[in-house]
This record gives sequence, C-alpha cells and structure tokens, in this order.
Amino acid sequence: MTAVIGREAVRVDGREKVTGSARYSGEIALPGLAYAEIVGALVARGRITSIDTRAAENAGGVAAVLTRRDLPAVNRVPLVPSLMGGPAPGETFFPMQDDEVHYAGQPVAIVVADSLEQARYAASLVEVSYAGAPSVTTIGQGRGDAYEPEKIFGGFMPARSRRGDARDGLASADLGVDATFRFAPNHHNALEPMTTTAVWEDDRLTLYDSCQGIKAVQLTVAALLGMSPSRIRVLTRYVGGAFGSKAMVWPHVTLAALAARHVRRPVRLTVSRAQMFTSYGHREEQEQRVRLGARRDGALTAIRHDKISVTSPFDDWAEPAFCAASQLYAAPAFEGVHRLVRGNTMTPTFTRGPGEAAGVFSLECAMDELAGRLGIDPVELRMRNLSDVDPNTGHPWSSSGFAECLRRGAERFGWDARDPRPGREREGDQLIGTGMAAAAYPVAFFMRTQRARARLYADGTAVVGTAAQEFGTGMTTVLTQVAADALGLGLDDVRLDYGDTDLPTAGSPVGSNGAMMVSAAVHYAAAAVRDRLVALAAGDPASPLHGADPAWITVDGGRMALADDPGAGESYGELMERHLMGDTEALGTWDPPPLDTPYGLLTFGAQFARVAVDADLGTVRVRHMVGAFAPGRVLNPRTARSQLMGGMLWGMSQALLEGTHMDAGLGRWANASLGDYLVPVNADAPEVDVELIEVDDDVTGPLGVKGVGEIGQVGSGAAIANAVHHATGHRVHELPITVEDLLPALEWEAGR
Amino acid sequence: MAIHVGSPPLEGTSKARTVALTVNGEGVELRIEPRVSLLDALREHLGLTGTKKGCDQGTCGACTVWSDGRRVLSCLTLAVAGEGHEITTVEGLQDGGELHPMQAAFIAHDAFQCGYCTPGQLMSAVALLEEGRAADDEIAEWMSGNICRCAAYPNIRDAIREVRDAAGGE
Repeated sequence: MTAVIGREAVRVDGREKVTGSARYSGEIALPGLAYAEIVGALVARGRITSIDTRAAENAGGVAAVLTRRDLPAVNRVPLVPSLMGGPAPGETFFPMQDDEVHYAGQPVAIVVADSLEQARYAASLVEVSYAGAPSVTTIGQGRGDAYEPEKIFGGFMPARSRRGDARDGLASADLGVDATFRFAPNHHNALEPMTTTAVWEDDRLTLYDSCQGIKAVQLTVAALLGMSPSRIRVLTRYVGGAFGSKAMVWPHVTLAALAARHVRRPVRLTVSRAQMFTSYGHREEQEQRVRLGARRDGALTAIRHDKISVTSPFDDWAEPAFCAASQLYAAPAFEGVHRLVRGNTMTPTFTRGPGEAAGVFSLECAMDELAGRLGIDPVELRMRNLSDVDPNTGHPWSSSGFAECLRRGAERFGWDARDPRPGREREGDQLIGTGMAAAAYPVAFFMRTQRARARLYADGTAVVGTAAQEFGTGMTTVLTQVAADALGLGLDDVRLDYGDTDLPTAGSPVGSNGAMMVSAAVHYAAAAVRDRLVALAAGDPASPLHGADPAWITVDGGRMALADDPGAGESYGELMERHLMGDTEALGTWDPPPLDTPYGLLTFGAQFARVAVDADLGTVRVRHMVGAFAPGRVLNPRTARSQLMGGMLWGMSQALLEGTHMDAGLGRWANASLGDYLVPVNADAPEVDVELIEVDDDVTGPLGVKGVGEIGQVGSGAAIANAVHHATGHRVHELPITVEDLLPALEWEAGR
Repeated sequence: MAIHVGSPPLEGTSKARTVALTVNGEGVELRIEPRVSLLDALREHLGLTGTKKGCDQGTCGACTVWSDGRRVLSCLTLAVAGEGHEITTVEGLQDGGELHPMQAAFIAHDAFQCGYCTPGQLMSAVALLEEGRAADDEIAEWMSGNICRCAAYPNIRDAIREVRDAAGGE
C-alpha cells in the first residue's frame, strides 16, 4: 500500500486558489448587503468632546452613522489565548462604550452605506472633536514607570522564571557576554485585510470572518453580546494569511455584528490597509538584555535574560522572551524577568514565532559573540551545551533531534569550509559572511478536546468534517491525508469539510498546534469507521474475511484484506451492501495530555545564512539560507517545507526589513502602509533549503506530529545578524538592521 | 451581446452612469458611480472576486489584471478608464475547463499558501513571459510588484521557470 501520510500531496484547495473561484470572507455575495467603514480616533489619548454626524448622514446612500450612543453595553470578557478553546478577545477593552480614547485608530464611529464608495466618503465627513492628553507609546517615554506584572501573554505565563542561582553562575564564570537588543514593533500585514460579514435572521447570527479560529469567533462574540453560542454560526472557508494576527478576536468582528443588527441588513466591514495597523495587535516594541556566563571549555554556567516592552493601557501583554530560550541549553542557572510599560497602543498579540522569534534571536546572537570570544566554532559551542532533559524541569524530551539538526544543517550549508575570522571574504564591493543559530519552538497542550466526524458511503468515498480551518498552512491537505490513511482510501476519495462552527468542535490552529491537535481527532474518527467495518467483516459468515483477527486485516483502496494473504478480502462497498448500510459514520475525539505531562516539549532546528554586505552602501542581501528542523512526523513534506521556508523568510524580514515606527509626539504609527512598512518582495528572497529530520514522538498524539508553523522564523534572523557580523566585524543590536546601522562602522573600517 | 448587470442600490441615484466594459472577452454594462475603481467594479458589481484587494493603494499587486494584455493595478484604475480596453482577470486565464499551464505549475510547485496574492501573481507571471522578462536573473526583479506575505517566492520562481522552459525559451 502506498502511504498517504508523508506523501508530497498537492494542496486540496489549490485549484480554487489558482482559478480565483475561492471565495474569501469578504467575497460572499448576499442580497441587500451594506458596507461598513470604521472611523478611527485621530488622537492617541484623550476624550471625545463631540461627534457631528450630519454631513455623513446626508452624503447619499448612508443607512446609518453609529456612535457610542447607538451601541448596547458590551460585556467585559477576560483575555485568554484562543488556543485554550474559550472566548478570546484580543484586548479586554471594547471601543464605543464611552468617550475615552486610549489609542490612535480606536473605533469612534461606524458608517454603514449602500456601497463601498459611499461608506468610505461618508466616513471622511464624520466630524469628531477631541480633548487630547499627552500619550505614552514607546519604551523611551515610559521606561521610568516600567513595572513587573504578575503574569503575561494573556495571563498564562508568569512574568519571572528561574532555576538555580544565576547571579552566582555569572560571577563564577571564566568569561561573560552582556548584550542588549532592541526590536522595532512588527505588524503581521496578512495580505487579506480583516473582514467580517454579519447576517442576522431573527436572533440568529451568521458571521463570515477572516480569522484563525471560527470557534474562537463564535464564543467571543457570544460572550461579548451575551448570546448563546448556539445562536451564532461562523463560516470561514478561505483566509488570506494570518500569522497570529487573526488568532484573537478583535473589536471589528463584534462591531460588524452590531452594525448589521442596527440597520437590519447584512453588513460587511473590511478594514483598510492603513487601519490594519490599528485594528488588531502587533509584536510590541521591546528591548532584551542577555547575560551569559561560560567556562573556558564553552559550558554555560548561567543565563540571565530580561525584557522590557510596551503593552496597552488594559492588559499585561508581553510575548514571552524565554520559553525556548531558557530550555535550549544545559546551563545550571537561569533567571529572566519581563517588565512592562503601559502605552497608548492596542494590546500586542501573537506574531509568528511569538516570543521565541525575539527571545531566541537575543540568546543566539549572544551565543555567537560568546563563541567568538572563546574561539570555539558556533556549531560546536551549541553541541557542547546540549541538554538531554528539559533543563527547567529535568524531564526527558518527548523527542529532540537538535544535534542532528545542527549536524545536517551544517553539512548541507557547507559550514566546515568557513573561516571563523570576520571580514575575511570579499567579492568586489561585497563583504561576504556566514552565520548560524539554533531554533526552537514549544509544543504546548493548552487546547481542549478536539473532535472530528468521518462518514463513509457504500461507494467507498468519505466525507470528514471538523470545525478546523485553513489559512494557508496546508492543514486541510494534511487532514485529508490523515483521514485517507486511516480509512485505507485514496486521497481523491476523501473530502474534508471544514470552516463551519456547526461541524464537530476543533480549536484554533495556532501556536503551531493545528496539524498536531486536529489530525489526532481526524485520525481517531476515520480509524473508528475502518475498525467498525473490519470487525463487521470478521464476524460476518458471508465475508471472505470471516473469522480473521481484525488486527490482521488491512485496508487499501477501500478493500479489506488479510495482511498476509491479500487475495482474501472484499471491499467496504460489498460488505455494506450486504448489510443494507448506505453509509456509516463515527466521531473521533482527542484529549490532549495534561499540562504537567512529565516531558520536555520543544521542537528543535538549526539555521544557517550567507549574506553579502555592500562595503560602500551598507546594504545587506541574503544570498542563501539553510534550515534543518525536527518537527516530529512530517505529514506532507511539500506543505511542511513551504511553511518552514515562509517562516525562514519572515525571520529574514524581521532582521532586515520590518519595523513599524511610532511617531512618539503624536502617538500614531508613522508608516501604516505596505509602501512604508517593508515586507520582502520576490527580489529580496534568496533560495531557501529546508532539511526535514523526522523524529519519533509518542507523547504529542497518535501520529507524533509537533508542528512547523513558527519554528522556521525562530533563529533565522539571528543567523543573518551573525552573518552580518561575520561579513563586517560589526555587531548590530537593533532590528531591523538598516544601512544607517552599518554605514558608520563600514566608513570607519574603510578609513582605517 | 452586452449583458446588463444591475447594481440595485445605485440604480436610483443621479450620480450613477453607464460604464461599458469588456471583461474576459465578454461585453458588460454597469450602472456605477464614476468614482468606482476597476477593482471594485470587478469584485462588487460583476462578482469576479478572483481579483484581490490587498492594499487598495497600488503597493501589493494582488489586484493585477491585464488591460489590452498589459498588466495594470486595478485598484488604481477607475472603471470608466477601462472602457474601450480588453480587461482580463484571473477568471479569464483558463481555456475552457483547462488550467493555464502557469496555474498548473503554481499548484505543482506549491507556489502559494493562503492563496490571496495568487491571482495577481499569476497575471504577472503570465505577462512576464509575454514581456520577455523571464530570464533566470530577471524573474525575481520583474515579479517584485506582487507581494506574497506567505513568502512563497522561491516556489513562484520555480513555477515560472518551468512554464518558460516548457514553452521553449526565455
């Protein structure tokens, strides 16, 4: 039998995507549809003194201009990450409840009109007056008032973490590194803007929403509006990218529902590209200081890792700087603290590689500096600090593969040929450098029970349903593969139904958990159908398989046969017809292991990069990237490689391009467009090699999947920054690395 | 024969006018306001949602269509300015039920993830071959008007090279 799992199957939704027939959430045709446009606050802090809606109301085609007076009181719902399976608002604040303004862009009015053009024009006519107050939006403005919160990250991570005595470990070290890194804020900028279409029929609400988790949308809107979830159905077939931005449920979703209820028509609310910077959270501005202590042989004695960052006025949010960064190496002592500055911004949120992308960057740049000072090869330094157990708990890894990633990545990259001395390789004007870094991303069992249903028809085709969804990760493709595998059917004979909250409950595929958690439920559902029919055949005197041990019956192409005598058998269809079964179906459930499962849970990898720095211009071009990753079992190498490649290029982008700049005087993002917020284009993207290293893992579910969504981004920026140092001899401690950072050093070097 | 597509909400407003377009070889007449962009005319009035709106500012390329075979950004083009031109969208790439070779190559090379930029990428990629800009060192530069936030760029280049080579040349 040809294995369906592990096959390089093409995407099941590929044809719809290349023909343009895929209908995304903002493309659902509905009779009587009206268009909503948000009017955002122009000040970052203050009070609304008046709103004049008359000109907007008379602009033509306008159905309503809503202000806070038109909105009901909305319930306050705590901020809990969507992965946990409950209501998950992106911030505890809900706009248009009073006159206070807490951040620029905060919705203060909504215009609903017959056409897009009418709505947009009328929105420009809403006159809002403010009594402004001084705002704080940067670390620089608020450093003096920084505080240590009790918990961060939606309240499920402590702000402080320690093992051993870091002070002692640093003091007793032969050698130390003390480095501080500054990170610009990042906005995900998925290409599909946030969009919600809301339709009421009596007291039942249907939402078409561009989101990462339809259940999270259903439960959040229900909680905010005090409705029963059974009255809300969310349908989301295609999502044009998310990267964490659509994991939590942001105010515009509920505002669309309220606007639709107000005008008694279906309403579509789409935020503009400029509003994409103030309609959902971001990766916060942050500074991280890493102190390493080591012995001469390279063994770490202690790690101290501290972070300060900007959060909102309402929530204690920081992406955790040292989940993976505290687990990667066997240092006996670790201590880290997150401190926060309250700022007039939205609550920050998950951004690809949340926490680890910046935390591991800081650690791995410091490790590179340490390697240089010790005179130990950077790969070798990591090898000398490998840990057989999770150093925080002492539990064994559920699976690792870290050493193998370092070895195979180095081999594929050609690391051994490297001259460790910086600034030695030059091609004309180009300074060439290479760098590497470790990668890691946690596996976390925060989700609740996952469910899926499998139905097999007598003609040997199946439909598998689960309330999961697809936003480009390839999850629907791998779930189809998993179902086909367990049913013993060809891929073309299985159809996956998804993106509908009426289907069996699945969690938000976030935190690189989608493939792991939903595939488990799909596997159990499909296997239950197969096992039922195999047992029926074994017990049926009319079956050629009568009396056989079910454990020795295999299914291939819908035909059940003896494993050791493939000639003896019959098809599902023959058996089902004899038993007058038109179809048969089963529910599959998977309960995640407990949170305190006694294993270290981390996905490992290693990243390598080659860069060229223009000696005269200071521009950095990445020439080649290699990443080796050990994500447990690989369900589909094609889609897995694409996810990892995309993540690696996101790391490149974080290192060299992306930064949202705050105008601290105004308290507004200064570059809120795709012309000014730089993301990579085709000419920025080098060739990327991805090495997949499969490791057996029997803790992370029946298929041993760990996840590939984020780890590609972790460490890739550090590999690039380390390569820039290798090329130029200069270490940049600020992301993104720009010409302005490098030119002074290069000029100094040239003048020497 | 021209097909009349009504836009009911605007039917009665005095600002609406008739705009005659040729889209994917078919003549259509729309009653729309002059300020409607070609992108919104396609998506909101003709039901051709294959053409995507990523930024509405001419920076992302998701809305790329052809006007007389030339790639244009439909978000920066007024629908009225499309009169007298042959507009082609991603829905016009297929030949009957057959995928265009570039569409098939995008699937085969996994040249997309979320799929939202894909129609624009395809319109640029096919035009690139027509423009004679598909040499190995040209593709990345001449495809740089189309942002793929999932960063499937290396796979997009692979797909274009395959179609170029199958067609026999650069």
